Amino acid sequence: MTEIGLGHYLSLGAIIFFLGVIGIFLNRKNIIVILMSIELILLAVNINLISFSIFSGDILGQIFTMLILTVAAAEAAIGLAIIVVYYRNRGSIRVEDIHGMKG
Amino acid sequence: MIVHSIFFYFFSVIAIFSSLMVITSRSTINSVFFLILDFISVGCLFIMVGAEFLGMILLIVYVGAVAVLFLFVVMMLNVAEQKQSWFIGKKSTHIPTGLIVSVLILLELLVVVGGWKYKENIMSSGTLLLSGISNTHQLGLVMYTDYILYFQLAGIVLLLAMIGAILLTFRERVGVKKQSYLNQISRDPSNAVELIEVKSNQGVKLDD
Repeated sequence: MTEIGLGHYLSLGAIIFFLGVIGIFLNRKNIIVILMSIELILLAVNINLISFSIFSGDILGQIFTMLILTVAAAEAAIGLAIIVVYYRNRGSIRVEDIHGMKG
Repeated sequence: MIVHSIFFYFFSVIAIFSSLMVITSRSTINSVFFLILDFISVGCLFIMVGAEFLGMILLIVYVGAVAVLFLFVVMMLNVAEQKQSWFIGKKSTHIPTGLIVSVLILLELLVVVGGWKYKENIMSSGTLLLSGISNTHQLGLVMYTDYILYFQLAGIVLLLAMIGAILLTFRERVGVKKQSYLNQISRDPSNAVELIEVKSNQGVKLDD
């Protein structure tokens, strides 16, 4: 119990991943919270990669973590830009109001 | 070792609690604040476990940029009062299914974690952690040599995201004075500069 090993970090990652997935289901109508849940999921993936990298003694996992951070930042920027444009056009970002997208 | 475990449990309890609050807070703005707390505590965990560079990147880039971007958008769009929909209104039918799926994912992940065993001598790799140099130094030694292609691709992803965000939110405004680049670069001395013969003690009259 007092010896913190790989399993503890992986469990933490699993729990945060679970909370992110459940957040997408629970808050299906609030698109900003959906984006934040995606951020949580990516954070859990980062925890897994870093703990494997540290505990197996290979730096490669940290490099992939950096790439994931890049992609997550780009995704947040684009997603929030889409939300801003949508709000400017419609005056609302409620997901149930979004039925004008064809295709 | 006992200090390590105390800090691990401290930060991970805060991380789990705040990610729970991200998905259950009543207002969106509270969710953003708890997301910031979550990033901070996970960043401290990263620093504690030995990945200092990524921990600091998480603190600087995520807390400083991405979470504040969320905060800006929530404050700008006036949706802070939008209640989380599952507290009010009619109950939607997808929640039990979502709960079942999420709990199954968690159980599967925990089973995998519990039943996982280290193999002896996991792999031989050219990118092993070295002792004696710092984490940042080590990351740089690998990233700028063997993985320079991925590094540059990440830069291109960021460039495309920047161009896309600017292009999406750009709009033409009417009634705003802007620079006209064409007019600026097509000026030449023949019509921009006028030479006036100034008589002594008389001065010259401009702008009449």
